[in-house]
Amino acid sequence: MNTQVTIAGVTFQNPVMTASGTFGSGMEYSEFVDLDRLGAVVTKGVSNVPWSGNPTPRVAETYGGMLNAIGLQNPGIDLFIKRDLAFLKDHRTRVIVNVCGKTVEDYLEVVEKLADQNVDMLEINVSCPNVKEGAIAFGQNADALYRITKAVKEKAKQPVIMKLSPNVTSIPEMARAAEAGGADAVSLINTLTSMKIDIHKRQFVLANKTGGLSGPAIKPVAVRMVYEAAHAIKIPVIGMGGIATAEDAIEFMMAGATAVAVGAMNFHDPHTTIKVIDGIEAFMQKEMIEDISSIIGCV
Amino acid sequence: MAKEKQTATVIRQECIATGIFSMWIDTSIADAAVPGQFISVYVNDASRLLPRPISICETEAHRLRIVYRIAGEGTGQLSQLRANDRISILGPLGNGFALHEDKAMLIGGGIGIPPMLFLAKNLKGEKEIVLGFRDELFLVDELKAYGNVTVATEDGSVGVKGTVMDAIREKQLSAHEIYACGPTPMLRAIKAYAAEQNIPAWVSMEERMACGVGACLGCVCTSTDIDAHSLVHNKRICADGPVFDAREVEI
Repeated sequence: MNTQVTIAGVTFQNPVMTASGTFGSGMEYSEFVDLDRLGAVVTKGVSNVPWSGNPTPRVAETYGGMLNAIGLQNPGIDLFIKRDLAFLKDHRTRVIVNVCGKTVEDYLEVVEKLADQNVDMLEINVSCPNVKEGAIAFGQNADALYRITKAVKEKAKQPVIMKLSPNVTSIPEMARAAEAGGADAVSLINTLTSMKIDIHKRQFVLANKTGGLSGPAIKPVAVRMVYEAAHAIKIPVIGMGGIATAEDAIEFMMAGATAVAVGAMNFHDPHTTIKVIDGIEAFMQKEMIEDISSIIGCV
Repeated sequence: MAKEKQTATVIRQECIATGIFSMWIDTSIADAAVPGQFISVYVNDASRLLPRPISICETEAHRLRIVYRIAGEGTGQLSQLRANDRISILGPLGNGFALHEDKAMLIGGGIGIPPMLFLAKNLKGEKEIVLGFRDELFLVDELKAYGNVTVATEDGSVGVKGTVMDAIREKQLSAHEIYACGPTPMLRAIKAYAAEQNIPAWVSMEERMACGVGACLGCVCTSTDIDAHSLVHNKRICADGPVFDAREVEI
């Protein structure tokens, strides 16, 4: 039985990753999860300098999901390399670093500092709905996405994943822009821009007013978008959005994802990733699937 | 992998005041917990994704007690659990109070009172215990076993009419150190009072949480110093707290 998948020449022992922002750099979750069993740890977004993020409240629950407006708080690339990457170096899991910035130069500074580091792939965050400058501005316009992809690809030493926003009119158009810019893969979906109002206090629940919706509530939207992207481009797609079980992960793969990521459900159960990995193996045995790659895009 | 989310058994649950429930749980978390820590409680309903962070009220061997207020439908469902029902929990989480032996003032406001019982049972020195309620009292008799209890109620139905600060001033209570948990306005007043008295105050903070383990950065508070995690001024309440030196946080 082969659970390995390959993206841009990088082989993953299984297709299950962590979704950026839900798992830190794995340090906190290493108390619950054997990181060496994961396909990859995808880190929380890191920028060139420390970012404070948004005021609180930053999170809220909604039916079958949650809203967040963290605002990409992070320590900046220097401490990230010294602390987070040093920690991950001692693990066998693949490392994908999520990169964020306000300007193209910000992104490139981080990408260049990561060039000589022990990092398997870069995921470029052009889709966070919670920061005002940069980020999503690059992810909601096909030309801007094409340009930043091209600029990153010129500097990057590692294969590049562009993380796409669902807050666009046409996923195929955005996926094609990333591919045309030279991306090695795309990942989707980031969170859906959303809002929650406290009717008793007559005010927004999140200090940022809007936040990104994630969790099982968004899964059918995400599956549809992964399917659309996979059919629009030739480069691999990494699928995410509300994955809670192995069945969810398999659904994404059948829609066309080569790998998948577990996000908000890490908060509901820190062992979710491991349960998904075990469940995929059980499914393969039951259905007599020799190679997990055989189910990718099978519908 | 020292920690795991576990499915534990409810020993018993009772309503101890309007909307306030006391639940005893059979769990190994009890043996590792220290005063001021909390557990993440998960609702047995997949549509409710996030854990409810609830402070630990007290422990016995392999038994842990939480006292919480029904704040919405999630805690409403928790309040329906009965003896032998199963409950998913994670913990103990957070740093807890540093236990000193000087004369201490323990101040609890509303649903910030339960962790004061765990603390009172474990603090060795003399204790002034000041409790603030809106109207209906709970846990007062249990706390009386551990120190001199002064009660304040907003409506004046019992004890001093007003806040815990009104009670402290009216009764001229004093101590070498303050431990507090309660609503933000109360903590803000205590921070100012401690600065004025030039005594240390340890405050237990609250914020909406998601992961509960320090990864998501959802529940930060503003800190005076640069924080070690992100090099900004945001301490994580779940992982760096919930207990902070009042001087190191903006309230």
